[in-house]
Amino acid sequence: MQKIFVLLSGLFFGAGLTISGMVNPAKILNFLDLTGQFDATLIFVMGAGLIVTAIGYQLIFKCGKPFFDGKFHLPTSEIIDAKLIGGAAMFGLGWGLSGFCPGPAIASLVFGYQQSFIFVAAMILGTLLVRFIPTTTKLD
Amino acid sequence: MNITEFTPYAGAMGGALIGIAAVILMASAGRIMGATGIFRGLLTTNFDEAFRWRLVFIVGVLIGTAWTGLFTGAAHGVGFVSNNYIIALGGMLVGAGTTLGNGCTSGHGICGISRFSKRSVVATCVFMVFAIITVFIVRHVLGIL
Repeated sequence: MQKIFVLLSGLFFGAGLTISGMVNPAKILNFLDLTGQFDATLIFVMGAGLIVTAIGYQLIFKCGKPFFDGKFHLPTSEIIDAKLIGGAAMFGLGWGLSGFCPGPAIASLVFGYQQSFIFVAAMILGTLLVRFIPTTTKLD
Repeated sequence: MNITEFTPYAGAMGGALIGIAAVILMASAGRIMGATGIFRGLLTTNFDEAFRWRLVFIVGVLIGTAWTGLFTGAAHGVGFVSNNYIIALGGMLVGAGTTLGNGCTSGHGICGISRFSKRSVVATCVFMVFAIITVFIVRHVLGIL
């Protein structure tokens, strides 16, 4: 049962990324280009996403646990360290160069563009390289 | 340079769908919908439960994107500004950066901020500012892309 809802979540995420235009790197780069070809669409995407998620999360957390799992799997760390800030800065640099962040890049693979495959392959390489740093956070 | 059309209604509708996706994943599996962590969980040789739900999610994303793309013609609207070398460099930086910072636009930007995580608010501000500075330098200082 859980898997059906996980699949449904993925379907909505893919549909949302596509309808909002986030799978289009040109659109992302124009959003980031405040002094040039500014396209404010991403503000509406983030805004609507945040409102729905924030309200939905409040309701769900009141239930105490998810419907098809024993507990909520939430990050517990509250430490703001160089790894968080350096990682986010590095991500921002890569996002600004390419116009791709991980979700839309993976989603865009289905459109068959060579650039999507190059990006995802490079992203895998970058992820694996960092894995050799022993402090990388473990997934639960 | 590509000019893209400002599409606030489609943007808000897509954003709401992304929000619904995050809520469904939290309500059913108790998981944060972060593309970084979900994708990273697939780069393993241990095909356990932690791998399987992530695989199911990604399959959903691919089907959802393909299906929606058919109706909206989104595939034809995709434009790449950067050349392949810059895209490869960007991909490596995104892979390494999101792994170190433990999240990206979906995990920190949508899910983290929605549960008022301090780390996510800081990370989102940092990657937004760095991405904006990067585009400014590339386009308006170096005059490329």
